[in-house]
Amino acid sequence: MATLGPAQLPAEASVPSGVSTAPVTKLAPRHSAFVRVTHWITALCFFALLVTGIEIVISHPRFYWGETGNVLTKPLFQLPIPSSRKTVPTGYNYVLPDQNGWSRALHFETAWLAVLTGLLYVIAGLVTRHFRKNLVPSKADLSWRALLTSFAKPLRWQRPSVTEAYSYNGLQRLTYLFVIFVLFPLVIWSGLAMSLGFISAFPWAVNLLGGRQSARTIHFFVSLALVLFLFVHVLMVSLAGFWARTAAMITGHTRTPKEDA
Amino acid sequence: MNISRRKLIVSGFAATAGASGLAAAARLAQKYGLIPPDHGGIYGPGETLTYATQRLLTRHSLAREFSRSQISPRPFPNELAPPTEEFKRHQAAGFSDWRLAVDGMVHQPASFSIADLKSFPSRTHITELTCEEGWSYIAEWIGVPLSHVLNLAGVHPEARYVVYVSMEPDSFDSIDMADALHPQTFLCYGMNGSDLPVPHGGPLRMRLPRQIGYKNLKFITRLTVTDTMKKFGNGCGCVSCEYGYAWYTGI
Repeated sequence: MATLGPAQLPAEASVPSGVSTAPVTKLAPRHSAFVRVTHWITALCFFALLVTGIEIVISHPRFYWGETGNVLTKPLFQLPIPSSRKTVPTGYNYVLPDQNGWSRALHFETAWLAVLTGLLYVIAGLVTRHFRKNLVPSKADLSWRALLTSFAKPLRWQRPSVTEAYSYNGLQRLTYLFVIFVLFPLVIWSGLAMSLGFISAFPWAVNLLGGRQSARTIHFFVSLALVLFLFVHVLMVSLAGFWARTAAMITGHTRTPKEDA
Repeated sequence: MNISRRKLIVSGFAATAGASGLAAAARLAQKYGLIPPDHGGIYGPGETLTYATQRLLTRHSLAREFSRSQISPRPFPNELAPPTEEFKRHQAAGFSDWRLAVDGMVHQPASFSIADLKSFPSRTHITELTCEEGWSYIAEWIGVPLSHVLNLAGVHPEARYVVYVSMEPDSFDSIDMADALHPQTFLCYGMNGSDLPVPHGGPLRMRLPRQIGYKNLKFITRLTVTDTMKKFGNGCGCVSCEYGYAWYTGI
């Protein structure tokens, strides 16, 4: 107790499962400043990367496996959408306008911003023990019972209890760790594996993924997984109280149970 | 009072150090050729970061080369604008009158026929051609290294870029000297064991395996060596830049 600083959670809420019956009365910062800033920069980058990524895919909505692939080879699959190039056989009798110039420029510029922000986040997260404190699940969190409860509650559209506003449950912790340390690195790696300059210096980056077209297909599926995460993330935030949770990620503070009552 | 004065002095120092640091970085970047011609505008920072990083990491790196068995059986040539009358005349004559002019900052402006280029030591590499749209194919490319032709003309030491012009109307592009002198950068006149087919840019195309397809311009007729992009296009030395495409496409 004596070591609790102003930036730390109230002791009552730091129980990893987040379920505590002890009254929480203090107005505590829910998210530290670096988490809030990097969260919103990442959100902005993700939006730009998604829009420009879709635009780039539209110029060739076919995917392949291996090193090469083009309209004269058999695709792994083709998205049932029109294309911005008339060389692609889509089944639609119209061609969308070409948006690749600015889309590529913005995609790579925001990728830079996202990667630099991510590096800053990981360094700050290690230094402030953010990962250890807030994201690494405890043994109790990882019991099947606890995980199942965390999974089942939102499925029954049950709002989280008030004290859960101060800490993540095991399922949330595992999901965030998976996104931060598996999906983000994979999407960066598979993206870099398409860069001709990068792979001339680091050919293993693309060869390990099975070729440049495989890298492109992996990039697409990891991006899909990130979009799926975003949907569930926003859905869960909405279930918990969209404005309260969003405000917590902006100001750092969450409402106390008193205010909720 | 003391604290606020100290704060003022410290932040003043920090601001000065930051500003002069940035200015020094910009001067160094300029000196070592880390600033691309399209460094302005909202996408300028991204273009500059990519170009500078790749120039530092990949100046001498070689594009991956593949085995003969990996050559794509059906290379996709992409669509072409209808040929001009001038091109049709050249094609009818078997490109015997096709000339490649070399001018600008060179000691000896020159002009070469396709036969001249073929008489120079020829090189081949089996590399992937990659379109910015996402598709690709592997082919064996036959040509003369651009550096060989540039050395024949004698490039001035202060030269920074090579602009290359296509016979297609309003079609030109440019690369820095690092790419121009790179051993895999070819003036390419052959593909998969025969003359370069017209759909692939025959009789002569630029072949840069470390950059995206649209930098690999088809139907090359002129090389201009220069130290500035001011007179070329909108100052970026590249027609694609006028349509919002990047000058440097190592990414």
